[in-house]
Amino acid sequence: MLSTAVHLATDTPAQLLPSRQLMAFTLASHILLVPFGVALPFITLVMHYRGLRRDDPVAMKLARRWSAVMAVQFAIGVVTGTVLSFEFGLLWPGMMGRWGDVFGLGFGVEAWAFFLEAVMIAIYLYGWRRLKPWTHFWLAVPLPLAAMMGSFGIIAANSWMNTPQGFSLDAQGNPTDVDVRRAVFTPILGTEYWHFVVAMFLTAGYVVAGVYAVGWLRGRRDRYHKLGFTVPFTVAAILTPIQGFLGDSAARSVFQKQPVKFAAMEIVWKTDTHVPEYVFGRLHSDGSVSGGIRIPQLDSILAGFSPDTKVTGLTSVPAENRPTAAEATLVHFCFDVMAMIGSVLILLALWYAWLWWRHRDMPDNRWFLRCASFAGVACLVTVECGWIATEVGRQPWIVYHHMRVSEAVTQTRAGGIWTMLGVVVVVYVAVFGSFLAVLLKMRTRWRVADEAAAGAAAALDPETDTPYGPRPRPGAGAATAGVPSGSGPGTGPSEGRPGDDH
Amino acid sequence: MADVMAWVLVVVIAAYACGGGTDYGAGFWDLLAGGADRGKRVRRLIDHAMAPVWEVNNVWLIFVLVLMWTGFPTTFQAVFTALWLPLVLAAVGMVLRGAGFALRKPSRRLARRRVYGAVFAVASLITPYFLGSVLGGIASGRVAVGTPATAHVWANPTSILAGLLAIAATAFLGAVFLVADARRFGADDLVDHFRLRALIAFGAVVVLAAIALPVTHDDAPYVWHGMTRGLGLLMVILAACFGVLTVVLLLIRAHRWSRHTAVATVALAIVAWGFAQRPYLLPTTLTVAEGAGAAHTLRWLGIVTIVAVVLVGPALVLVYRLDTQGELEPLTDSETRAAGLPGDNV
Repeated sequence: MLSTAVHLATDTPAQLLPSRQLMAFTLASHILLVPFGVALPFITLVMHYRGLRRDDPVAMKLARRWSAVMAVQFAIGVVTGTVLSFEFGLLWPGMMGRWGDVFGLGFGVEAWAFFLEAVMIAIYLYGWRRLKPWTHFWLAVPLPLAAMMGSFGIIAANSWMNTPQGFSLDAQGNPTDVDVRRAVFTPILGTEYWHFVVAMFLTAGYVVAGVYAVGWLRGRRDRYHKLGFTVPFTVAAILTPIQGFLGDSAARSVFQKQPVKFAAMEIVWKTDTHVPEYVFGRLHSDGSVSGGIRIPQLDSILAGFSPDTKVTGLTSVPAENRPTAAEATLVHFCFDVMAMIGSVLILLALWYAWLWWRHRDMPDNRWFLRCASFAGVACLVTVECGWIATEVGRQPWIVYHHMRVSEAVTQTRAGGIWTMLGVVVVVYVAVFGSFLAVLLKMRTRWRVADEAAAGAAAALDPETDTPYGPRPRPGAGAATAGVPSGSGPGTGPSEGRPGDDH
Repeated sequence: MADVMAWVLVVVIAAYACGGGTDYGAGFWDLLAGGADRGKRVRRLIDHAMAPVWEVNNVWLIFVLVLMWTGFPTTFQAVFTALWLPLVLAAVGMVLRGAGFALRKPSRRLARRRVYGAVFAVASLITPYFLGSVLGGIASGRVAVGTPATAHVWANPTSILAGLLAIAATAFLGAVFLVADARRFGADDLVDHFRLRALIAFGAVVVLAAIALPVTHDDAPYVWHGMTRGLGLLMVILAACFGVLTVVLLLIRAHRWSRHTAVATVALAIVAWGFAQRPYLLPTTLTVAEGAGAAHTLRWLGIVTIVAVVLVGPALVLVYRLDTQGELEPLTDSETRAAGLPGDNV
């Protein structure tokens, strides 16, 4: 066992690089949609509640438009997520074959949670017309819970890879005596899970609010933009300081449970006390650090609240058991970017609280709104960085201290995987590009309609149609003609409505 | 416990074959609907019928994967190693299908709708074919633990026939469901349109099954023998009966029950395969008992499955009921207050 491990470490198979790149690319793409899958339903429901409770047509319009966006985004999330399940087998059959029955149960939880989510989102998205308003709302209320349950399954599996337990090894090194409870509730699960979930909610909040901040800056200062900004931004701003604490405790639990990963995050070369903190900077393979800002003592203080805290260094384990200098530099860079953006966002949230306290109204400070409109993009960057820090920081292990990535990789030849990577990149660029184009088009349609409505004021309102209530029943002939028999949707605002015969 | 989970796996595969299969079939008929003008109403029906439920149907596949890697990890490893290429193609097809379908809906320009629609429809053909060929490769006994990824595992008579059968079966399911959907939406002429296609697709299934019978005798002997005797044979006969019943219902235009009998046909065929393969996960090299994961995990997987049935079951019944009662309808541009733009032509 030991000799094969050493052998594999020195001799990395050719298919390892493309497999890692493919996994990284598909996950990096999928994770951009995850915040919206997890948290957009919640934000929409908050708006929906407001609309129903206060009989507020503007809030209802926003909730309806957001659910139209959700329909497309959820679909893209479903398919890119399915690809990831396939990739477990296509790229890492070694891991699934040996460890599948130890840590796979989290995915089982995720699968049924996701099932519920898909069912409820279908009812929510397609229930606007025919369901009773409050029935429609209440049927969707469990949606955020199902989404959080699904994330729990995924994070349980990921945190098991980081801090595996709940099994013992037999003479051949295969896992036996699986204890599912210990395998699901691993040491790092708590901090990783809450850090992740809160990140998803505040990212979705900032991204959605950013859209309306931009609109406001461009002079569309109406109630629609005010509501569209304040509801998601407030959700995100409340969560931001909480995330500060959660992120801090997540880093500290990495320090305790995965000291070598922590060493990579902070580019600590030798185990020592009074360890300095580097802000950015590059680690070289001889242990020297170039660039960056060096703050004496700070790393020890951050890790254990005292300069005497001993921080484990990368060299505490042999070179083949730790991330390379380049990987450590990447992990460190991502970790610092994440921490920095997070800190700036806390300031932004405080600024928002201050402005709100002063004016009791939507902030009209141009600089604040400019910053707010970038918060969403910054959050997406942070999500990517956090994920890179945790995944690259685990290298070279796929199951920490138990299986190397190179042992788990498929036997398929490198050429095949490079080809697949090429195909997947082309497909994903096309899909995400089209997705973005469709979203922008939807936005334009809504803006044009709103401007036209504002121009026409109350003069000619074509919207006699209410979102709830009985379906308009045209004459008997039209009713039997039904949906597909329309001669096609027109270009008017009522285009494509079932039962409408153009 | 391992046996129970193996049966759960078979049932979930059957559910995916029925739920997902219906959607693939809809894509197949979308492909054959003709030009933009001629096919417009057919495509709108397909759009309307599929939109609320296709994501739900897709989740069955995730269940299949999770059950495989948690309950039967070595099988999962063997299958995904030996059948690498068809599974890659199925995965890519799945992305294209879902994305094409989801993006076509909000597009208002004919040229764009054409592109998205074509991607959706072609991918609806590719994906079931390769998933079918994967099943064929397993059933023919060509996959064993450690089998490298070579073409003969999935480019063999059984795999090719299974792939074609998958396409034909999904086309059959899709057409039968679209008959009901056309009735539900009151498009009477499309009822006959799809009735004819359902009958043709069933004919294709029968022809392919007739070809498969002699071919698989030598190519997939273990499963062939399992399907021609005992419980396997019983299930095959039942599946055939339900198939014939569906045809009769279609012919006498009793469309109320044709969906149920069509689902029973496909589900029973999958169950027949399950019986025929007993006691093997990978005929004839790995039995269920040998391939099962840790006992403790299987017990918990059983619990998770029960929780899923308790929680998801009612939700699933609710969504399918609401859907078939026509309670689920997409938001329209009037409800989101969207305007037409210059260049819109659909």
